[in-house]
Amino acid sequence: MPDLTINTDIVRKVLTSFVHSEITRTGFQRAVLGLSGGLDSALACFIAAEALGPQNVLAVRMPYRTSSPESLEHAQLVIEATGVQSLTVEITPMVEPLFERFPDMSPTRRGNVMARERMIILFDQSSATQSLVVGTGNKTEILLGYSTLYGDSASALNPLGDLYKTQIRQLSAAMGVPEVIISKPPSADLWIGQTDEGELGFTYEEVDKLLYLLVDERFTPQECVEAGYAEPFVRGVVERVRRNHFKRTMPVIAKLSNRTIGYDFLYLRDWGT
Amino acid sequence: MKYTLALAQMNTRLGDVPANLERHLSLVEEARAGGADLLVFPELSLTGYALQDLTASVASSPQKDDPAFGPLLEASRKLDLVVGFVDEDARHRFYIASAYLSGGEVAHVHHKVYLPTYAMFDEGRYFAWGDCVRAFDTRFGRMGMLICEDFWHMSPPYLLWLDGADTLLLQSSSPARGMTHAPFLSSMQSVDQLASTYAGMFTCFVAHANRVGFEDGMNFFGGSALYTPDGEQQISAPFMDEALVLAEVDTNQLHRSRARLPLLRDERTALMLREMQRIVDSQITAAPSR
Repeated sequence: MPDLTINTDIVRKVLTSFVHSEITRTGFQRAVLGLSGGLDSALACFIAAEALGPQNVLAVRMPYRTSSPESLEHAQLVIEATGVQSLTVEITPMVEPLFERFPDMSPTRRGNVMARERMIILFDQSSATQSLVVGTGNKTEILLGYSTLYGDSASALNPLGDLYKTQIRQLSAAMGVPEVIISKPPSADLWIGQTDEGELGFTYEEVDKLLYLLVDERFTPQECVEAGYAEPFVRGVVERVRRNHFKRTMPVIAKLSNRTIGYDFLYLRDWGT
Repeated sequence: MKYTLALAQMNTRLGDVPANLERHLSLVEEARAGGADLLVFPELSLTGYALQDLTASVASSPQKDDPAFGPLLEASRKLDLVVGFVDEDARHRFYIASAYLSGGEVAHVHHKVYLPTYAMFDEGRYFAWGDCVRAFDTRFGRMGMLICEDFWHMSPPYLLWLDGADTLLLQSSSPARGMTHAPFLSSMQSVDQLASTYAGMFTCFVAHANRVGFEDGMNFFGGSALYTPDGEQQISAPFMDEALVLAEVDTNQLHRSRARLPLLRDERTALMLREMQRIVDSQITAAPSR
């Protein structure tokens, strides 16, 4: 069985150094992030607070009218535990007019609108407070495409994107994220009763191990089946990773000139810093 | 003979040669104040590592009229320097390079011979491959320089050993990777193992200067260190933080280590060459295996 255990001390050191470096090297001092009450954003908040000092972190709670009250309370626990600055911006009056304009909108569309509204608020706060948006997406959801493009996937830097969900739990425990947040079922809380594992059809525990073999250890799908994973599960996950790759790339540009952004105009973002 | 070696575990600004030069000169002053005779900077210390399309615009020539090398050559009158840079040759090929500067002169230039172009690395896209591994004489004995991937292959350190190098000067911009339950990322341990193994097997000094800092999400891990001819780590810098470490090198240790363990004396180079020739000849004549 793959072992996804991480040494939380070294990971903590790398991620807090990363957040500090990537924000301060461009002349910024502050971070802004959406705090949902869930585990990923709680951990991102702890990391940002340790990296920059809590006074330099703004956590924004952005509930919708159906959001679980528990989410708001759990976000408050994180704000109190870290001492970060906080702000609550209801998204209900912003998204309802669009829902009324398209009354037959599916839950997925509504969820996407809500995620993108939250992105608008965070990037607006980024501009208002001269801060950078810290992302909260983990490796599991990025690989599975379990996010809204230009919604919760949008950020300026993401300290969590190379940690599987089960590793997020380990690091969260080590950094003092309240236990009630670590142990509750993960949920995007976009509609009542939604849970990640219910929607995905498998547990993070299961899929993290499979993704680790496929991605980190470069196993073929067949080798994963031989290692004991059910073939439909393996095929389903492999297909999901492929189908959602568009969420992991910049928009595709049609090549015309001799030098085209993305193909042969290549620089790191940290160019000059 | 005893002399003081210093390792500059520095961060760089990506593509900003004047800013990096200024940092070099301040570290030179700091090292000199600490009594250093030789100061080793990391790979591409004048430019930063992941240069991509910046490569052509940050190149230098190790000559007195070069804006970066002019001040560095001047500084090398005070103490010897090993500097990492992009070398543009007369025919405008770009190399990842190291220069050994001493007494206002360029004593040696090494071009990286192994360019990692796989996984997170893309050096072969931008740089020409060096084609030469040579030891050279310094006022502290004969030395050889290798750059990062060069010493992940056994042959360049081996060649330098046979060519008379008693000190290997290794320079890296090595990103940390490989997360496990261990209290370090696995690449941190690999480099330490390689360097201490070379020191012990070649009964020579090995000095490794690795940079720190981030370029996008890449984290250069530092851990610069000096190893004795017994394969022991004599001094090391911390992981991930900038540091200037100084150590006294006692070259008489070579005498003691090689009296104890005469691996150099017993090395059978003619046998090695004969067998190498046979292997190379057989590979040339053999059909590709399937």
